Amino acid sequence: MPADGLNERPIRVVLAKLGLDGHDRGIKIVARILRDAGMEVIYLGLRQTTASIVAAAEEEDADAIGLSMHNAGHLALAPKMLAAMHDADLDIPLIIGGIVPDVDIPVLTDAGVAAILGPGAPAEEVVAAVRNAVSR
Amino acid sequence: MSIGNLSIDDLMDAGLAGNRRALGRLLTMIENGGAPANDIANRSHRAQRGAPVIGITGAPGAGKSTLTGQLLRRLPALGLRPAVIAVDPSSPLTGGAILGDRVRMDDVAGDNGFIRSVATRGHAGGLALSVPGCARLFDAAGFDPVLIETVGVGQVEVDVAGAADTTVVVVNPGWGDAVQANKAGLLEVADVFVINKADRAGANDTRRDLDLMLDLSHVSGLHGEYRPPIVMTTATDGEGIDALWDAVEAHRNYLNHSGELNRRRKKRFRFEVASRMNDQLAEIVATLTDSTIADDDRSPAEVSRELLERMLNPAHERLR
Ligand code: B12
Ligand SMILES: Nc1nc2c(ncn2[C@@H]2O[C@H](COP(=O)(O)OP(=O)(O)OP(=O)(O)O)[C@@H](O)[C@H]2O)c(=O)[nH]1
Ligand SMILES: [Mg+2]
Repeated sequence: MPADGLNERPIRVVLAKLGLDGHDRGIKIVARILRDAGMEVIYLGLRQTTASIVAAAEEEDADAIGLSMHNAGHLALAPKMLAAMHDADLDIPLIIGGIVPDVDIPVLTDAGVAAILGPGAPAEEVVAAVRNAVSR
Repeated sequence: MSIGNLSIDDLMDAGLAGNRRALGRLLTMIENGGAPANDIANRSHRAQRGAPVIGITGAPGAGKSTLTGQLLRRLPALGLRPAVIAVDPSSPLTGGAILGDRVRMDDVAGDNGFIRSVATRGHAGGLALSVPGCARLFDAAGFDPVLIETVGVGQVEVDVAGAADTTVVVVNPGWGDAVQANKAGLLEVADVFVINKADRAGANDTRRDLDLMLDLSHVSGLHGEYRPPIVMTTATDGEGIDALWDAVEAHRNYLNHSGELNRRRKKRFRFEVASRMNDQLAEIVATLTDSTIADDDRSPAEVSRELLERMLNPAHERLR
């Protein structure tokens, strides 16, 4: 039996960095924020591929995938991630954080990214972005 | 394949045929408990194949995940298809968890393996309650072996020994001395010892302390004819991993030829029946009113005995 307060099924989120981008401070903080909001964070860390992220999301039965992107590759990498998810019939939301210039945001949301957060996003916003994306 | 609205029947068919998403979803249902979890447990039981279940335990940061990752990397080349259940703790405050064991395992096994991260969800003892059910599903789906990584444990969280056929206890150089080595608990349940981080100073001292401890265990007859081997590893560069697998296989052979495997599995079955009955009785008691239960004249021992007698003897009036 789950202990008191734990009987609700926690949201499970896979968090990863794609490719060679080594900025992992943000994603580590996000992992901690989501943990403290009661979520189960499956932390994959650096140097992941679209294939390794899809495999992890399948095995972990994740409710969402979160990517952190700082190397200006988001316009190529986010659609690639979405395509890999689509090919695997993985119908869960993709959320992105990190450095995404304002002009690129509509491009990515049109492509199917559920939410995009930038530097300084407070904890409540990070949590709300994941909750909203999952319940949609 | 979209799995959103598949029945348990369909999920089991797809999962046992190797579909990852179906297996992922079934594991979630096992974790969430209740009637679906029982249904999956029953079906897995009937499809069981008897894959070896290997527990890997030890203090936080001892290198359990890194070692498990190295095994994952090697086992497919031996024709094996390993599954890993990697347990990390849930926060007692929020129920949240960072499941970080995968970081050390990469995606090394690819299609030849499966890793599932599991949070303890309030259960003490080093594992989550769902772990035996997850292991059974992996076995039914043809994974072999099933590796279970516990949370980082102290001296007393030894649930893994009840869930695994072979328990590997991982220690590090400088982790204690001959006094720690002889304390009751974790070290007693080891079938194989690993001294990981053997690249660090003090590995030989640790080996000596464990060896002396095992000598004393032999004197007192704790392990019978079997003496747990001590393997030195440096998980970060793969040093000693072959020797570790050899030691696990040697223990497997011992379990098979000594009849100990049968004994352990029967004991585990019995233990699981008892703990399920415990849970079910607790559920029944929770439904009884205070006036049925609380009594100024009778002690809890007397009330529980009477309730049990009424349940076991159908001639008596039914409860409540
Ligand atoms: C610290 C830092 C570094 C550190 C990284 C340390 C580490 N381990 O993370 C070091 C010094 C190593 C570094 C190196 C480089 N950096 Co740098 N770095 C930064 C800096 C100053 C801060 C980043 C940071 O940690 N922020 C703090 C965290 C908490 O914020 P965050 O990551 O934005 O995360 C928040 C949100 O975005 C959001 N979030 C983030 N991820 C996610 C994910 C999800 C799912 C969700 C919901 C939310 C979310 O939530 C977080 C909390 O609010 C930024 C500038 C800046 N102001 O951002 C440059 C910056 C990112 N770096 C930059 C560059 C160019 C580099 C280098 C290429 C420099 C070089 N020429 O060598 C290298 C590349 C290294 C590599 N291998 O990738 C550029 C990127 C330019 C771009 N994208 O167009 C930036 C923007 C600086 C700049 N203005 O030019 N860098
Ligand atoms: N020097 C050295 N470091 C190691 C070795 N094995 C693991 N490590 C490092 O030890 C740290 C912890 O390793 P993990 O594999 O995560 O340990 P763990 O036992 O799984 O940790 P928990 O799951 O948190 O209890 C990491 O930084 C590893 O790189 C080793 O043989 N030598
Ligand atoms: Mg670990």
